Amino acid sequence: MNDETVRTELPESIDATVDLLNSGAYVADRRLATALFLSLRMGRPLFLEGEAGVGKTEIAKVAARTLGRPLVRLQCYEGLDITAAVYEWNYQRQMVEIRLAEASGEVDRERLGRDIFDRRFLTKRALLQALEPEDGVAPVLLIDELDRTDEPFEAYLLEVLSDFQVTIPEIGTIVAREPPIVVVTSNRTREIHDAVKRRCLYHWVDYPDAERELEILRLKAPDAPAELSRQVVAFVQELRQMDLYKLPGIAETIDWTNALIAVDSLSLDPAVINDTLGALLKYQDDIARFDSQQVNDLLQRINAGVAASSNA
Amino acid sequence: MPDDYTGAGGGRLAENVMHFARVLRTAGLPIGPDKVVDALRALQVAGVRRRDDFYWTLHAVFVDRREQRHLFDQAFQVFWRDPQLLDRMLQLLLPQAGGNAPEPEPPPARLAEALAAGQAPPAAEEDEEDETEVEASLTWSAEERLQTVDFESMTAAEQADARRAIARLKMPVKPLATRRTRPDPRGRQPDLRATMRQSLRQGGATIDLRHRARVQRTPPLVVLCDISGSMAQYSRMFLHFLHAVTNDRDRVHAFVFGTRLTNITRHLRVRDVDEALERTGRVVTDWAGGTRIGACLHEFNFRWARRLLGQGATVLLVTDGLDREAGEGVAEEMARLQRSARRLIWLNPLLRWSGFEAKAGGARAMLPWVDEFRPVHNIRSLVELADALGGQARAPRRQTA
Repeated sequence: MNDETVRTELPESIDATVDLLNSGAYVADRRLATALFLSLRMGRPLFLEGEAGVGKTEIAKVAARTLGRPLVRLQCYEGLDITAAVYEWNYQRQMVEIRLAEASGEVDRERLGRDIFDRRFLTKRALLQALEPEDGVAPVLLIDELDRTDEPFEAYLLEVLSDFQVTIPEIGTIVAREPPIVVVTSNRTREIHDAVKRRCLYHWVDYPDAERELEILRLKAPDAPAELSRQVVAFVQELRQMDLYKLPGIAETIDWTNALIAVDSLSLDPAVINDTLGALLKYQDDIARFDSQQVNDLLQRINAGVAASSNA
Repeated sequence: MPDDYTGAGGGRLAENVMHFARVLRTAGLPIGPDKVVDALRALQVAGVRRRDDFYWTLHAVFVDRREQRHLFDQAFQVFWRDPQLLDRMLQLLLPQAGGNAPEPEPPPARLAEALAAGQAPPAAEEDEEDETEVEASLTWSAEERLQTVDFESMTAAEQADARRAIARLKMPVKPLATRRTRPDPRGRQPDLRATMRQSLRQGGATIDLRHRARVQRTPPLVVLCDISGSMAQYSRMFLHFLHAVTNDRDRVHAFVFGTRLTNITRHLRVRDVDEALERTGRVVTDWAGGTRIGACLHEFNFRWARRLLGQGATVLLVTDGLDREAGEGVAEEMARLQRSARRLIWLNPLLRWSGFEAKAGGARAMLPWVDEFRPVHNIRSLVELADALGGQARAPRRQTA
């Protein structure tokens, strides 16, 4: 990936959006491409919800890369506030400025006030950077895991998301010359307020079907033998039908495949599954549920399935 | 905006989309006129040559919650196969989707019985119970007696009084400090921005440090209340308590369970207690039935725990521990629940009997996993509970591996 990517035009159609995502090594289904296309064309933020590890964040990254735009990422956490998300004044420099003014014998308060709260002393954080990019190129703004913040911050976002502007009391309202492309993600650990959602186009990112997951593996773990990839995907798809606390996401599938490659296994067998299951399942309760008998049964079932599909 | 939303159907398309939006709205999706305009714009942008593009375009605009997908899908299939079906289908869709509950409504008679006050237990039983209470009550004033009388042996009038007392009850949960700050002269963090502004007001001659302090916030409270047959008298009273608490502070989530788990938070938010309980009664279908503690806790752990217990929540579990399935699977679920919660408190009405031992399979399986085990059978115990919750911020977190 090179940083010198030239800015490309927004896609003209849904098909072009699918191609665009594919060119960024993101295997998109058409539904997601439709939502993204609409968001780009209508200048609306795209709100992506889904379980952890299904590739929500990746969409923003790929969009930035393929459209040749910088990515500005705001990682949310509880208690995130304006000084961490939007802007902060550079107090040290301001104080120096005051001292300098004093030294020169100048005590015009009005003027000093104007000078101190000048843009020179403004430290831009993610949101302001996205609205006022340094190089003038409207970036892709990723507001990641919005569900981790609290309601006051959500409320603050309303102005940003609908009008692409923020208000700084000392300066005034800063409006984006060209709105950034906004992607908001949520793991749905809690419900996001309707007012935020109303300003966005919504898409629930689901686990991929077997075919698409296999395609993803081909791109993301190209060293894996074809036979192994098929087994891995079949195994993971079976797991997603089970009653687990945390179903494995695509990220886990890729991790697991890489783990399997690292231990040089050409195909799944019970021993290697037991050794590497931690790459796939992240809860002790889930791992503990699998005794060797269950692993054997599951393995037999998917092997039968894989054999049937490769004969077909 | 131009009015030529030309697609396959020309002007008819706009009309149909509007119609479709109305169907969705009737079915309970929150769709305003702005969304219709959005949808038309989106269709114009996306083009409507392919049926699946058409579907997902409308989906991106009209749906904003995962739970709405199914409803949208049904409405779409019905409506866009033949818009003429609309009127007939709307009639069919209404009773099913009009309310918030997808399940058929429980018979109102049962609900009335479950929620009616003063449904005194059979006379013989009452007499037996009274023997222990009457003697003590002679020396107490009426109010005092009310405080200790068992919910189970209350008369209708007493229950009404008790309800009023409960409604007055506040829940003083100690707040936790958040990462957010606000200006506070006694705060510890310097507020440089305010300092700078203050300094400028004086021409920059002096710099007096201003301060900020952490904002405090009450942690969430999650209540799981058993409403099975053996708990009938208590759970009714406890719902009143829950209603008072839910309306007293934010971030309270209430569930009831018998044979299945129901989230009643939204219904309890209604200010009027009678209406709130009536709404609750409408969505809960397993009043006064059996108990499947393990299965219900599993349901909670699986579907809700990660969403509700994230920010240091306290969990109140109200049950007598009498499990129809003899405690099967209870221990594992309790262990998980305890790990996910900041504090797990079990309220057990049976605890009032001094000789009580956790003999039932369910109770035995639960006991090792609770941080606190309290009786809850009269108003005094509820007051004590409120006090205990108030002290939780300083209570040390138990040690877990």
